[in-house]
Amino acid sequence: MDFLQPTSLTEALDIMSAHPEALPILGGTDVMVELNFDRRRPAQIVDLGRVAELDDWGAENGRLRIGAGVTYARLIADLGERLPGLAIASRTVGSPQIRNRGTVGGNLGTSSPAGDGLPPLYVSDAEVELVSSEGRRRVPVERFITGPKRNSLAPGELISAFLIPEAEGPQQYAKIGTRNAMVIAVCSVALALHPSERQVAACVGSAGPTPIRALDAERFIAGVLEEGNLWESPRALGDTALRRFGELVELAARPISDVRGTAAYRLHAVGVLGERTLKWAWNDYCGGSR
Amino acid sequence: MRTTPLPRPAPAPVQRPGVVGETTTRIDGGPKVKGEFEYSSDLWADGMLWGATLRSPHPHATIWSIDISRALALPGVYAVLTHEDVPGRKVYGMEIPDQPVLAWERARYQGEAIALVAADHPETARRACDAIDVAYEVLEPLSDPERAMAADAPKLHLSGNVLRHITLRHGDQAATADVVMTGEYEVGSQDQAFLGPESGLAVPDGDGGVDLYIATQWLHVDRDQLAESLGLSPEQVRLTMAGVGGAFGGREDLSMQIHACMLALHTDRPVKIVYNREESFFGHVHRHPCRMHYEHGATRDGELVYVKARIVLDGGAYASSSTAVCSNAACFACGPYNVPSATVDCSVVYTNNPPCGAMRGFGAVQVAFGHESQMDKLAAALGIDPVELRIKNALAPGHRLPTGQVVREPAPVAELLERLRAMPLPPDASPGPRDLRELPGGVSNTTHGEDVRRGIGYGVGFKNVGFSEGFDDYATARVALSLDGDGDPLVSVHTAAAEVGQGVVTVQAQIARTELQVERVAVLTADTQVGSAGSSSASRQTYMTGGAVKMACEAVRERLLQRVADHAGLDPFDLSLAGGAVIDSRGETVATLAEALVSAPIEETVEFHHAETYPLDENGQGDAHLQLAFSAHRAVADVDTRLGLVRVVELATTQEVGKALNPQALDGQIDGGSAQGLGLALLEEIQIRDSQVLNASFTDYLLPTILDMPPVKKQVLEHPDPDAPYGLKGVGEPPNISTPPAVVAALRSACSRELARIPVRPEQLAGIDEPRRSRPPAPGSRGPAGARPTRS
Ligand SMILES: Cc1cc2nc3c(=O)[nH]c(=O)nc-3n(C[C@H](O)[C@H](O)[C@H](O)COP(=O)(O)OP(=O)(O)OC[C@H]3O[C@@H](n4cnc5c(N)ncnc54)[C@H](O)[C@@H]3O)c2cc1C
Repeated sequence: MDFLQPTSLTEALDIMSAHPEALPILGGTDVMVELNFDRRRPAQIVDLGRVAELDDWGAENGRLRIGAGVTYARLIADLGERLPGLAIASRTVGSPQIRNRGTVGGNLGTSSPAGDGLPPLYVSDAEVELVSSEGRRRVPVERFITGPKRNSLAPGELISAFLIPEAEGPQQYAKIGTRNAMVIAVCSVALALHPSERQVAACVGSAGPTPIRALDAERFIAGVLEEGNLWESPRALGDTALRRFGELVELAARPISDVRGTAAYRLHAVGVLGERTLKWAWNDYCGGSR
Repeated sequence: MRTTPLPRPAPAPVQRPGVVGETTTRIDGGPKVKGEFEYSSDLWADGMLWGATLRSPHPHATIWSIDISRALALPGVYAVLTHEDVPGRKVYGMEIPDQPVLAWERARYQGEAIALVAADHPETARRACDAIDVAYEVLEPLSDPERAMAADAPKLHLSGNVLRHITLRHGDQAATADVVMTGEYEVGSQDQAFLGPESGLAVPDGDGGVDLYIATQWLHVDRDQLAESLGLSPEQVRLTMAGVGGAFGGREDLSMQIHACMLALHTDRPVKIVYNREESFFGHVHRHPCRMHYEHGATRDGELVYVKARIVLDGGAYASSSTAVCSNAACFACGPYNVPSATVDCSVVYTNNPPCGAMRGFGAVQVAFGHESQMDKLAAALGIDPVELRIKNALAPGHRLPTGQVVREPAPVAELLERLRAMPLPPDASPGPRDLRELPGGVSNTTHGEDVRRGIGYGVGFKNVGFSEGFDDYATARVALSLDGDGDPLVSVHTAAAEVGQGVVTVQAQIARTELQVERVAVLTADTQVGSAGSSSASRQTYMTGGAVKMACEAVRERLLQRVADHAGLDPFDLSLAGGAVIDSRGETVATLAEALVSAPIEETVEFHHAETYPLDENGQGDAHLQLAFSAHRAVADVDTRLGLVRVVELATTQEVGKALNPQALDGQIDGGSAQGLGLALLEEIQIRDSQVLNASFTDYLLPTILDMPPVKKQVLEHPDPDAPYGLKGVGEPPNISTPPAVVAALRSACSRELARIPVRPEQLAGIDEPRRSRPPAPGSRGPAGARPTRS
């Protein structure tokens, strides 16, 4: 096994085009587990840890462009204000050690249905930027992830960044785990208010082959907010509306039963989380914090 | 002739321990915290090979053939061994040798060892394992212990599937009661989950013998089994304790010991084996899963009249210590209560599930969940406070156990409960926004207080200390009092007691310091060059090895006083030890230790046997147990009743310890035992379906984290046991026994559900047991408030 350590993106892409099957590694918090469990024996590993371009973030046409190698710890510290939903999700990831190493780029690379970094990207219609020696393309996250641990990364291609609008309203993320820290999501819900678009976006995680946007729930609540003119004159949402929203979030989910939880529980739980995250975000909006 | 130098354990560090009763910082504590401690997985010898084990992927299969030729042909592979290469007895087992060293003809559980490889690199060894061709015929596994007991079930062993059945009949078997309460309970399979995986290093001595550096709980029982299976005399098999990364019962059985020695003897090279985490789950026995049916009869005012229990323990594929676990489950099935009549039937059976054996609490943990759940149910039915009901029926000295054995002092069950109840409760949650870490779900952000209800629950438990049922339980200690190079007195203590993290090294030093009044003590590395210490299990090591060290020190002291008396022409009975000198009855120094020891050091080796115990008769009657240890727990838990998530706010406990030898180490045992009990109540289960393990990793076998485990408030009682050294009681296991029922009682009181099985899953707590798929109402429809899709 060759361990290759490019120091620039160009060099990394050269390597990738020479060895399209090489395994990239950022924080290694997924890769090392795979190697330790003997699930993977790549001929080459490409350590992207020295590629400075991947560690950058900045503004680009009203959106944030965040390098694939930005760790959860940095997301929380540097971008917590601008991306509160992703920051809440980042705080639920693993332990301090994992957050110091793990990256959203790696989370995208793994494309696990349980990836905590993913639902917050879905509710903000983030794009994933992919590069290869052929060039650069940007794909909506929903199209990037194609199935459980499957994505549309082509051989020789790397994830260079993701693009996401700064929050313009309250955002939430809630994750069920059987224990109170260091746990893989049994299921989760991300939710974001987009006041300028008069939209509430919701996405279930770990309750289907990929994260799934709860579009019926979104349409339902958009109607309720519209009808009551609530975006302009915010008032607390009634229990019935919250509950109905939760039910519709639940209906979006397509969970399985496994060691972490039953399908029935996941359905129930995403419903409750849908209801609660909407309540928290909406109350926040009413409180005028944004 | 030996070609490889033996790894040299560092010389025993000199400690300056406090006396018995004084908190003494553990000598291994600093290095462990700093990552400097050498665990068995860190062992190294020049030129060593790496061993790996091929395991059966099938829980039940016929093995038609094993072809090792491809594996042997791989470069870097030095040996590939199968059952045909086992030099001696082909089976092993502490109590019943029924487990193949390497399987032949049949594999009886998933993960059973089939073949061994030694190679120059661990990766090569693993790849060689993959190149061994085993022809299996997969058989249907016998997964259900109830089914295994049926007359027509296929036999997994020639002796049949029932490994042991205990019939216990005590008192009036026709007793009737005003109030009758029944219940069914189940306990899942907990793993010891020690952090240091199984590992060791075998070094051939060049003359056919072998030295093994190993993390184990009982060196001598390992040695004896090794000698049998290697076809060597016990003298040819020498064991030295290597750093143990936790044990909790999981290192009582052999894992890689025989395998490493076989490979080392075969290749004439040192061989190291280290399991990884996944292999570790298959490499040791687990806590017995258990199903219990209880019936309690009581008078209207809450006096227990009878207890009936039918208990089935799943022993898995091999015997391990199942027969003793079965005895404990039967003996302690009724709880620490005065039960006039008892009818207990307890079985442990073979299945194709992972083998089960010793784990902290050893049979008492499972039944404590049963009897305590019953006490709560009974209290509710009678309208009596659950603590009051327990106190009313509390076991006390003079009562008889359901085995007929009379309970001796101290057995302050009522006092433990009264003191526990009197301990202040944690304050209610403050109103207003709360730190997420204080809420169920923690930073996962699942509730900001919605649907959170608080519950309080109590549990009390007990178990035996030391080995029971007539086993001649003993420990050996060699104590030497000498002058070191500087002419300063030094006590050396040599025993084979396994330091598994409980602090036995430090406690031995404290005892030597106390008895010989010498400040400097060195506890030598445990090995088989001194006699057996027995196992570091059954909460017995401070009692037994501590007792042996005390006795050896007394013998050394006696000889010292005799020597000084002879020299000075005095009566030894007029002399005593104080402040590093031998003094007479007026306090005058007769000789300093330096003077007394200059001619020769004094060394004594003793065996300390505990008082005799007796087997149970056909009705489960007999004085089977040496000492009983008791503890009680109170749990306060916040439950998100809609999501079924939990935060245990506080654990409080009272425990009878007889005498706290090292208060800090005692705290550690209580904290750790409570955490392990909380883990069993809420999280820790090896999930098994059709005898296959589904979660052999710490990703899905969840241990409590610091955010799951609250601080533990403790009160220890120190009523001395007149028969025990310093009056002490074993302390390691009780906290693990009384925690789970207390936690579950708190959950029940918060969510008002039955919760008949541990670990309790969020599904159970939230009442989502049934598979369900909601029928989609029309999108966008508001639906009436009550029209939530089916919810059980
Ligand atoms: C103890 C522990 C706890 C964890 N807890 C959580 C949790 O709570 N929530 C959660 O979501 N995850 C969790 N994880 C998983 C992991 O930490 C996350 O998925 C993390 O985001 C991975 O990031 P990384 O930088 O470490 O990725 P790596 O392991 O370096 O890579 C992950 C995958 O992405 C690929 N990859 C990496 N970089 C690129 C690139 N630039 N272009 C293309 N492909 C690339 C790799 O080849 C690999 O397939 C946990 C892991 C551990 C070990």
